[in-house]
Amino acid sequence: MWTLFHKFGSPPWLYRLSGAILRWLLPITLLALVAGAVWGLLFTPPDFRQGNSYRIIYIHVPAAVVALAGYYVMAIAGAVSLIWRMKMADIAMRACAPIGAALTFVALVTGSIWGKPTWGTWWVWDARITSMLILFFLYLGVVALYEAYENKALAAKACAVLSLVGTVNIPIIYKSVDWWYSLHQPASIKFTGGSTIDPSMLYPLLFMISAFYCLFVCALLLNMRVEILEREQRTAWVRALATERGGS
Amino acid sequence: MKPASTAAFCFRLLRRQLVLGLRRPVELGNPLLFFAMVVALFPLGLGPAPDTLASFAPGILWIVALLSNLLTSDAVFRSDLEDGSLEQLLLAPQPLYLAALSYVFAQWLLTGFLLGLASPVFALMLGLAPAAIPALAASLLLGTAVLSLVGGIGAALTVGLKRGGMLISLLILPFYMPVLIFGSGAVQAALNGNPTGPFLAILAAFLCLSIALAPMAIAAGLRISIDT
Repeated sequence: MWTLFHKFGSPPWLYRLSGAILRWLLPITLLALVAGAVWGLLFTPPDFRQGNSYRIIYIHVPAAVVALAGYYVMAIAGAVSLIWRMKMADIAMRACAPIGAALTFVALVTGSIWGKPTWGTWWVWDARITSMLILFFLYLGVVALYEAYENKALAAKACAVLSLVGTVNIPIIYKSVDWWYSLHQPASIKFTGGSTIDPSMLYPLLFMISAFYCLFVCALLLNMRVEILEREQRTAWVRALATERGGS
Repeated sequence: MKPASTAAFCFRLLRRQLVLGLRRPVELGNPLLFFAMVVALFPLGLGPAPDTLASFAPGILWIVALLSNLLTSDAVFRSDLEDGSLEQLLLAPQPLYLAALSYVFAQWLLTGFLLGLASPVFALMLGLAPAAIPALAASLLLGTAVLSLVGGIGAALTVGLKRGGMLISLLILPFYMPVLIFGSGAVQAALNGNPTGPFLAILAAFLCLSIALAPMAIAAGLRISIDT
């Protein structure tokens, strides 16, 4: 257990492990994204009321789900780095923020593209849209704080504190905004009780959500690898790696 | 020398902050002046029609309170970091948690508390119905305390940075939103003749939660900032 823990703190080990994981995860993710998109966009029945425009949920819902989960990944990584001072957790936390912001942005944009034909407006101040927007701000706040610090070790600590504060606040923000105004439809996928979405539409959606999770992991690992190389650029193993690549 | 007891330590810290604030009465008036000026901007921007202003008054007053709190939060720790007294505070044997709480409490007494007391005047300027004024004052008194605590986290995290001012707004404003919702909700409820108790109770709950948790985050932030 402890040796594994120490291994996770070791940049070269993590670099090699992430390389090995990406070698098969990256093609699987790309394949799954293409397959899920084709399945969702071409082979599902059109919606009774919305026709074909509903198909954007195959992008919108997975992006939103993973964007929300990403914040918790970031906060957990932040907690690990604060408690055990693990360098790799810093890097993971830092890598989560821009990915999460991008996914939140995708969810907001696809939502408004869908909203135009369906609700007749690009933007409404509805509870869920507003809380997604706030989540976007929270992600950007972490990025902004990280960039403001010169010393990157301190930046990571500060961001870890901020993301933990955010974790306490997110449920409060969500409940307040929910209570404030609600127009968005309630969640259609429930693990307890029946879903209100037909299986022929649900399965491709779940498939796409899993594909987006894989995409998140890939983006996270790729970001982390870049950050590891940048931080460790003066060490022997990175030099060895560079000469080895350059030689071959 | 024997270290001061924790209670005496907090009391002295609070007194020091208050004395420092009260010795500069003009600076003490600045948040109120800011509040009055921004309130004066709204009739200029929205038009002076009393009905429009009165219907927007709860939101306007709360947003202005939020902004003036944000602007004063930025300075809570700055001068003490510059003259080194913050470092002494971190070395003190007394818990930093309570020191952080004392700082924030002093800051609230000098800004949010005064703002809450002065709010009826601003409410009358915007033509808010007198029936809603007690709700406004009560919600501001409770709500600005939460804002000061949350703002303290932002201040602690950015105090070591040169360009803290803009950053603190980006970090902290999302966390202000629930307070804004329930604070202006209380005033709106009073305007519509609904009970304000539930809103104030939720604000009080936010206050309890932030008293318990925010000083921890402030203390962590100060420890990070002292290293920059």
